[in-house]
Amino acid sequence: MEVIRKNAQSCEGAFLTDYAQDCAAFSWSQARTWMDGLPEGNGLNIAHEAVDRHATGPAAERTAIRWLGRDEGVSRELSYRDLAALSARFANMLDRLGVRAGEGVFVLCGRIPELYVAVLGALKTRCVVTPLFSAFGPEPIATRISIGAGRVLVTTTTLYRRKVAPVRAQLPSLEHVLVVRDDDLDELPEGTTELAPLLAAAADTYPIAPTAPSDPALLHFTSGTTGKPKGALHVHEAIVAHHATARFALDLRPGDRFWCTADPGWVTGTSYGILAPLSIGATLIVDEADFDAERWYDILAREAVEVWYTAPTAVRMMMKGGTAGARARNYPALRFIASVGEPLNPQAVRWGLDAFGLPIHDNWWQTETGGIMIANFAAMDIRPGSMGRPLPGIEAAIVRRRADGGVDPVATADTEGELALRVGWPSMFRTYLHEEERYRKCFSDDWYLSGDLARQDADGYFWFVGRADDVIKSAGHLIGPFEVESALMEHAAVAEAGVIGKPDDVVGEVVKAFVALKPGFAPDEALRRELLGFARKKLGPAVAPKEIDFQPSLPKTRSGKIMRRLLNARELGLPEGDTSTLEAL
Amino acid sequence: METGKLNPGALRKILFDCIASVAPEADFEALRTDRPWREELEIDSFDFQNILIAVSKRLGIEVPESDYRKLATLDTFVRYLAERMGAAG
Repeated sequence: MEVIRKNAQSCEGAFLTDYAQDCAAFSWSQARTWMDGLPEGNGLNIAHEAVDRHATGPAAERTAIRWLGRDEGVSRELSYRDLAALSARFANMLDRLGVRAGEGVFVLCGRIPELYVAVLGALKTRCVVTPLFSAFGPEPIATRISIGAGRVLVTTTTLYRRKVAPVRAQLPSLEHVLVVRDDDLDELPEGTTELAPLLAAAADTYPIAPTAPSDPALLHFTSGTTGKPKGALHVHEAIVAHHATARFALDLRPGDRFWCTADPGWVTGTSYGILAPLSIGATLIVDEADFDAERWYDILAREAVEVWYTAPTAVRMMMKGGTAGARARNYPALRFIASVGEPLNPQAVRWGLDAFGLPIHDNWWQTETGGIMIANFAAMDIRPGSMGRPLPGIEAAIVRRRADGGVDPVATADTEGELALRVGWPSMFRTYLHEEERYRKCFSDDWYLSGDLARQDADGYFWFVGRADDVIKSAGHLIGPFEVESALMEHAAVAEAGVIGKPDDVVGEVVKAFVALKPGFAPDEALRRELLGFARKKLGPAVAPKEIDFQPSLPKTRSGKIMRRLLNARELGLPEGDTSTLEAL
Repeated sequence: METGKLNPGALRKILFDCIASVAPEADFEALRTDRPWREELEIDSFDFQNILIAVSKRLGIEVPESDYRKLATLDTFVRYLAERMGAAG
């Protein structure tokens, strides 16, 4: 597809107008000077850079968060000063509860102001923070709190009753459950404490204790093909990369009205939905409601959003309605649109031009990288379908793994291989919690191996090709097939389960399960619905299969491993390849 | 496809069945029909589209995106369907 050329007007004032020179001039030590550091040389703490440093300066009265409630006309504004005071209250409250640095604080909420206060407050106390996606079911929640040894959970009364109470007994580490009331019942759920009175009783100033740049700060979960979800641990120094990458890849400036549509339960919604934009001194637009095209056009126009960071699934849903809805409003403030989660198809990049008069800038990164690594920049021509070029300070390459475990960079342009990054950027994950071996396997010869297959063209643009493993990418989120299969196996009727990502025009892939039944169970509509409901209740709609197909038996290797690759081939009607190691067909 | 005049009770039953085909765990007994049902039942955008496809198959009604706001509660959803059926008949 035709290159989208940037003219002098679109480059005016943008970062990286001379890509090669600006990359050569950049260093991470320079980016560190963009941080203030804690007073008196006490180190580096994310919450200080994101909130406190603005709250004590000229930006104190600037709106940090403009929150839009689900119901029409409901909103709330928090200035940087307000956010500093509220997160200080949260931090004092944690101290009072005896929660210590390094301990796990989980947050399971919709996008409500308390979520932002809790994340920032817990960072102040140097706890390790994990926001969980509220569309997870009880099992994914329990698995993650167990791995992270969560001592504190901040949630709502409704989410607690529905999703945590059924698994609370499996969570011995969980000592304090602090709830926000969102129902009209008088009684709090048993085993919970109301958050609001605790915050009201706490002091609204909090001197952050000395924090080393290498102290753990954030635990984000991601999924692999096998085994449990992996807890990728990030440190306080990650804020250096959050900040720098938001400048370069999102063109973000102090005071910008910025809307990141990702939920903080996913890494994008934390790195760029909370931390990076606050560190820059932007104003966050936060919408409590879920996707609705008309509502989103309204917000972009009415809230005068200047920079918008969204996802391919949302863009494709809007595209289904054509451009009429978007074009019925004006967006004079809107300056830059970016997207992440999965490759943005060329038609979607161009649709931005038709709908908003601006192209959509795709970028690429992962939970493990903590921040944007490869991007289409404001001042750079777009090759629609490409993820763009590496950020300053990031060295990316296409590599091939050797039999001895080493890797060789691929020298020829347009050759497929694994996308790798030279280690050393500040937001790189520091371990998979309790899984050092799995962590080590991600590295070879000083390269981080992303597990994504890609190619690089002769001009240095990277193009996504696919995943190197069976992990499913639905609506931009990674889903581990094993987690879904394990849940289905718990049903009395299920003998075998194999889960794949079925290609879908809008969400990329949908989770589809193939199920073989135990003798005595009939593969009928009633059982299909029962299994669907069973999985949704356990896993939540974000992880549960959307489709279930019954099979007499599933293809397996001689060692008994279900061959998802073959299920995929069947689903797509492709040749099934070498089947010599199969037990059954 | 269902044809002819359907009373609101019958429409409600059809709507519930369309929802249950996507979210079989939905407990309609416990649900307040004057509240946002998608939130209560955790219906994401993908599920919602599939429910609309099921509704279209059963009732022949295609809902344009600009009307989604009229489907916010189950009560308003049923009312919307009744109006559309009335207009069609």
